[in-house]
Amino acid sequence: MEKEEYLKLVKELTPKDNKFKNYLYAFFMGGLVGFIGEILTILLISLFKIATETASLWTCLIVIFTSCLCTGLGFFDNLVSKFKCGLIIPTTGFAHSIMSTSLDYKRDGLITGLGSNFFKLAGSVVLYGILSGFIMGIVKVIISV
Amino acid sequence: MTLIYSFLFSGFICLIAQIILDNSNLTPGHLTSMFTVLGSILAVFGFYDKIIEKVGTGANLLIINFGNNLTNYAYLGYLREGVLGIFKNMLTGSSLAISATIIIAAIITVFTKAKD
Repeated sequence: MEKEEYLKLVKELTPKDNKFKNYLYAFFMGGLVGFIGEILTILLISLFKIATETASLWTCLIVIFTSCLCTGLGFFDNLVSKFKCGLIIPTTGFAHSIMSTSLDYKRDGLITGLGSNFFKLAGSVVLYGILSGFIMGIVKVIISV
Repeated sequence: MTLIYSFLFSGFICLIAQIILDNSNLTPGHLTSMFTVLGSILAVFGFYDKIIEKVGTGANLLIINFGNNLTNYAYLGYLREGVLGIFKNMLTGSSLAISATIIIAAIITVFTKAKD
């Protein structure tokens, strides 16, 4: 078989059945993260009688801790590669990216390994978030004046 | 009711991200940056705060909220202290996510190993 033909065949055969499954997984898992977060918030509010905003910050903390712990224990990588965006877009993705790079570069030493590679994946989120936050903050100031 | 909203909204955003990821050459890094920037744009007119009010924690946990917080607190900082306040106050709302992730990740890294 010719190489081009083969590539064409691969292109035709692979994505079709996977795509819909991916969408479904991402929707379900993303929804589940939000659902669990909301349940936690409601529980915290009723248990400790705290304000809604404080409760949702605690929930954020718990979610970050859980995803870091699961990454450290080693089974979160498989979940991320299965559910993809369902776990990447919530805060779990941010925590996972930092945690997995810090684990990967741990053996290269504290400064040259762990320290300099800590934000390897999450750095783009922080950089572009702060840049666009700065610009949009100024835009908001201009609009509101 | 907020439970259902949380599920649907959070799932919907993840679905959109997955559709973009599957039909383009972008990596997850591109997507998270894009959604952060989207959040900071949505914050200009206060859209995302309204969504959070309705949806609850489901909207709070998404990376969009990171950008939303940055813009909102930069604006609040300007109201309080002028131009200096933008720089001083911008990270206030996102401080929890960033510092918690750094501290927790560093501590857990000490106790665990990367699997080979």
